[in-house]
Amino acid sequence: MADPLLTFTDDGIFCPIGDFHIDPWRPVPRALITHGHADHARSGHGMYLATQNAAPVMRHRLGDITLETVRYGEERTLNGVTVSYHPAGHVPGSAQIRVAHKGEVWVVSGDYKIEDDGLSEPFEPIKCHAFITECTFGLPVFKWQPQREIAAELNAWWAENAAQGRNTILGAYALGKAQRLLSLLNPDIGPILTHGAVENTNAILRAQGVRLPDTVLVTPDLNPKDHPGALIVAPPSALGTQWARRFRPLSDGFASGWMALRGVRRRRAADRGFVMSDHADWAGLNTAIAATGAERIFVTHGYTSIFRRWLEDQGYEAQIVETAYEGENLDTAEGAA
Amino acid sequence: MNRFAALFQALDQTTSTTAKVAALADYLTAAPEPDRMWTIALLSGRRPKRTVTTTLLRGWAAEKAEIPLWLFEESYPIVGDLAETIALILPPAERTSDRSLTYWITEIRALASRDESARKTAVLDAWNHLTTPQRFVFNKLITGGFRMGVSQKLMTRALARATEIPESDLAHRLMGDWSPDTHTFESLISAPDPTADLSRPYPFYLAYALEKEPESLGDPTDWTAEWKWDGIRGQLIVRGGQYYLWSRGEELISPRFPEFGRAPDFLPDGTVLDGELIGWHDEKPMSFNALQKRIGRKNVSAKLLAETPVILLAYDLLEFESKDIREIPFVQRNARLHSLLAHLPPEAPVRLPPRISFANWDELARIRETSRENSAEGLMLKRKESPYLTGRKKGDWWKWKIAPLTIDAVMIYAQQGHGRRANLFTDFTFAVRDGDNMIPFTKAYSGLTDAEFNEITKWVRKNTLQRFGPVRQVRPEHVFEIAFEGIQESPRHKSGVALRFPRMVRWRHDKPVAEANTLEDLKTMLETYG
Repeated sequence: MADPLLTFTDDGIFCPIGDFHIDPWRPVPRALITHGHADHARSGHGMYLATQNAAPVMRHRLGDITLETVRYGEERTLNGVTVSYHPAGHVPGSAQIRVAHKGEVWVVSGDYKIEDDGLSEPFEPIKCHAFITECTFGLPVFKWQPQREIAAELNAWWAENAAQGRNTILGAYALGKAQRLLSLLNPDIGPILTHGAVENTNAILRAQGVRLPDTVLVTPDLNPKDHPGALIVAPPSALGTQWARRFRPLSDGFASGWMALRGVRRRRAADRGFVMSDHADWAGLNTAIAATGAERIFVTHGYTSIFRRWLEDQGYEAQIVETAYEGENLDTAEGAA
Repeated sequence: MNRFAALFQALDQTTSTTAKVAALADYLTAAPEPDRMWTIALLSGRRPKRTVTTTLLRGWAAEKAEIPLWLFEESYPIVGDLAETIALILPPAERTSDRSLTYWITEIRALASRDESARKTAVLDAWNHLTTPQRFVFNKLITGGFRMGVSQKLMTRALARATEIPESDLAHRLMGDWSPDTHTFESLISAPDPTADLSRPYPFYLAYALEKEPESLGDPTDWTAEWKWDGIRGQLIVRGGQYYLWSRGEELISPRFPEFGRAPDFLPDGTVLDGELIGWHDEKPMSFNALQKRIGRKNVSAKLLAETPVILLAYDLLEFESKDIREIPFVQRNARLHSLLAHLPPEAPVRLPPRISFANWDELARIRETSRENSAEGLMLKRKESPYLTGRKKGDWWKWKIAPLTIDAVMIYAQQGHGRRANLFTDFTFAVRDGDNMIPFTKAYSGLTDAEFNEITKWVRKNTLQRFGPVRQVRPEHVFEIAFEGIQESPRHKSGVALRFPRMVRWRHDKPVAEANTLEDLKTMLETYG
């Protein structure tokens, strides 16, 4: 029997016919990258191929790399294998990668979510025979609220803090979650300040046309008193540090899919936990998988053994693939103080 | 329920005690009467009885969510809380409801008299009317495991703020055998009749552990010392010719200890004693293990009663001649206690503990070293002038325990915790070495920092050898120092021993498994201290 179109190696997902890897975690000659998060776009590869919209962040993070770009939907041929990138809705520039050869089609989802967040190119289902999907939140307890409801809660909390004379700080990953939160804020409530790590990514995304509200970069000489009732967006690791303490009195919050679990919320001990993820929830995963029409499903990263069993119950041929992707996993959600 | 679920969320969303008390005080000021009483009842541990088994609830929730039961069961340990798992897994409600907390509690209690299909209809209908946070509260009520992250003490403080009644008065009024069925807010809290309830106990005064040297307490002549017994704290009330025995957990345990039936023969009416319930044989305390057999039994056989007779070692007198004397100094209460008990015949179920006299702190320290020989866990130090306060207060009473016994053991099984500790491996089984074998001898759950639990959790995930349901067998690689208060022979355990209060005191990163203690070491400890 011929090799499958995609195989799973110690370096990551590999296409033997096309001679390329997808989101590999060890240095390889040619890497197709779904999106710019550090566990998917690693350093040291010979050549990178990514979407035009993912490229600026990758260049910022990985420095001087050999990077070719494609538009969404544009087809490339690599050793006779056709590859194309399709919106994954995870963060701006993120893609699923479609790989086709002699009528056989595989799709690697990367990380994805179904809801249109207004910033990322909205997720598009792609027909395929085999679908490699993440399942970070592959349990039926995970159900996301519509984004507008979270936006309302978020703004109400900020407004209440501002009325009580408190500042507000939100912990969010610098690429994706931070901009999504920014886009939901009502700038009429007060000034919006950003940590340097967040502002770097903002600048890159603004330059490529992503619309974000006006923000003020927090510099060492910034006086918090000049910005009463501010909302500060910072990486989770900045919460609770000296950097954050200068904004006291302060109420802190955190936005993550894990905030759906009360145990995690209580351990995190933030004042507020907003249930918001850039990954698909239970219904989203099932909808996405059904829409591919695929019969073979490979599950990576998440509650793989439970999700595989569920898919088998639904009549799919399902397998687990071990990966080194971390995504928004529980350990990092906890560890990020 | 809206108001109550909102209160629950407000309490859950903050770690600040001030904010919790404020939220609760607002609620207690504004909530309608029966809801307010039920909230006070719930926060003082008076929950409605469980009227539906969790097995049924799981089945109904899975069915309603259109998922197989196995998937529900796999999700539960990850969420770490049954009520929450159900709340999260159900499809969104099709209706809303502004029914009160009291309405839902009444519904839940009414389920007891209905058949299974009527129960199912009622529960599914409730779920279909409630939002996810409301469902969580409803499920907590129905599964009988209601806790809100607010202690009775905090609730009492909030109630004091809402009613402007002093906290210690409220603590007393909230004691004993009441429920929203028997009492209104007025009859219990705002205008109580003190003689209405003969069984009502006083709030217990609890001591903090003495962390510093006793010299820090000042002049030793200001203090008295007594043994700290290893029994259970109890309050014996004789009023109206009846006796009532309360445990510290505010449980009326009189029926379990019929030996106190004769208490009214020996003690005058209007007497309340505070002391330690303890197994007593040949005028000596028995081990805690012996007492444990009695604690769990609602009905005591004549045989067990003869084997393990229980007495109260009374160390304080709270009510004398029907008067609350908690305000007078300890030495005066104690003098009256002695005059009351000194001449009781041996068949009375109450004893005076021996007095400990000491001239200085050094002498007392030497006496403390003999605690184990005296069947005690250490000493209690009480300031002679101290009134009998309410709850845990610093300053006048201290427990000065002896150092625990310790053993270095190897972790062999790990299990995830619940609630705040869900998704973390916090429940461990430890073994001692026996040649090449590992012999499990105790479990322990507490004593590590959050950072250490995080670290060990990551390690467990990567070093699981085998799974037995929720339990993971792990590589025997890590040594922990286990502290415990006592050791007893136990034929039920493979190791042959049972420990009292085992906990982890240290993660011995420095110790290889080959240097952990052995089964023989454990047996030697049993001979010495058992």
